[in-house]
Amino acid sequence: MNATRYLYAAYVATWLIHCVYIGSLARRYRALRQRMKDLGKSTR
Amino acid sequence: MKLWPVTLATLAKDIRLEWRSKDALNSMLFFSLLVVVIFSFSFDPTAEESRQIAGGLVWVAFLFSTIVALNQTWARELRNQVLDAYRASPAPANALFLAKAIGNFILVSLLEAVMAPLFMVFYNLRILGTAWQLIPVCVLGTWALVASGTFFAAMSIRTRMREVMLPLILFPLSIPAIQSMVEATRIILSGDGSPRFWIVLLLTYDVVFTTACLALFETVLQAE
Amino acid sequence: MKKAFPILAVLTALLLAYAFYEAIWVAPTERTMGDVQRIFYYHVPSAWTAFLLFFVNFVASVTYLARRNPKADAVALVSAEVGVVFCTVVLVTGPIWARPVWGIWWTWDLRLTLTLVLWLIYVSYLILRRFSDSAQTPKLAAVLAIFGALDVPLVYFSIWFFRTQHPQPVIGGGGSIDPVMLHILLINWLAFSCFALLVCWARYRLEVLKRDVEEAEALESLLEVGPRGSKAKIPFSGGPQ
Repeated sequence: MNATRYLYAAYVATWLIHCVYIGSLARRYRALRQRMKDLGKSTR
Repeated sequence: MKLWPVTLATLAKDIRLEWRSKDALNSMLFFSLLVVVIFSFSFDPTAEESRQIAGGLVWVAFLFSTIVALNQTWARELRNQVLDAYRASPAPANALFLAKAIGNFILVSLLEAVMAPLFMVFYNLRILGTAWQLIPVCVLGTWALVASGTFFAAMSIRTRMREVMLPLILFPLSIPAIQSMVEATRIILSGDGSPRFWIVLLLTYDVVFTTACLALFETVLQAE
Repeated sequence: MKKAFPILAVLTALLLAYAFYEAIWVAPTERTMGDVQRIFYYHVPSAWTAFLLFFVNFVASVTYLARRNPKADAVALVSAEVGVVFCTVVLVTGPIWARPVWGIWWTWDLRLTLTLVLWLIYVSYLILRRFSDSAQTPKLAAVLAIFGALDVPLVYFSIWFFRTQHPQPVIGGGGSIDPVMLHILLINWLAFSCFALLVCWARYRLEVLKRDVEEAEALESLLEVGPRGSKAKIPFSGGPQ
């Protein structure tokens, strides 16, 4: 049925949005971890 | 210190200052005129459909003019460290808020008094419903925009990009008020039904938001 | 506590997979809309989760104003951000569902319009948080959140009345729901709630780390004296040694 591709689109869109957000969280986490390490080194 | 004497004194000061220079008033009047003219070019006033959307157009035009008026509300206070002095004084914070809000209300009402006849002229509007009902719609609608707008203007002066911040915060929250104003005006202009629900909703919006503004203004003023 | 996170993540993934299986294969096909109706099992739970998160934001904001507890402020930020993500999902899946069923992308349907307004309010909340000075941000944000919460019933009534005057097609269908469908809907809601909880937890940990880094940086700039490269520590008691 032609309309089924809309079903796929909706499910894909949902997980795409969630993955983009979680990906940005991971990226920010890595950057902050790096800054924390740099700070730890410079105050020694 | 009592609320109303301080409010009236602050309001009188603002009106006196504005009347002497008429800076804000003149520039806003001209801005309002420009808005009416541009809308007339964009939305063909002779078409029948325009009568249907005229209610919306008028209020969108008022909204833009209100934003311009609101943005300069606190500018003078910021420049001269008045807010710091106010924080240190025993005057109630709400007096400052009320004075500013009422001052803006008077200013925006003046603008509306100029723009409304222009719209009637350019769009050949006739009021097919009960005309006096426009008065509560105008008063309540203007107060809705001005009260929350004055409050959010005070919030946005503590942010970067303060002129942009005000409409960003104000518009989403004003949606029920704007919808009520537009629908009520459309109904009164076309004489099609009763605007009572929308007027009651506007009144509710005004009561709820004014109470919240009065309750929370102290917090915003003290935020440093 | 930290050990629990991977375990819960695996459990949530399994629950989501099971909910997906139920939605696609087990759920009965709807009579008028066909298979497209299965979007319902993602659209509605996302909406409920978003509204729940915004409610959490309201409670956290009030708590912050009452107690000035920085943890409450962090919870407010986290719930607003994750709420906006779920709200975005609702706003994207809604039109995708409406298009094949009604032939139009958007209708001023009550739930969808309310979701749009909420999305606008909370995005403006997040923008306010980003653009204000960090000292006053929690207070200003909490005040805005309270205004947002007060606005919601007013928005609801204004859209509801507008729709009775100008009837539009309803996305999501009105009326009663088949018990099997309800069961699968609830399973999906449970799965998405667990997922939301995990994402909030991750975001909260990120926020805690961010605040720690900011504190460490502030401390470092206090301790630095002279040009870069020559750091003479100002002796003062109570500093990290």
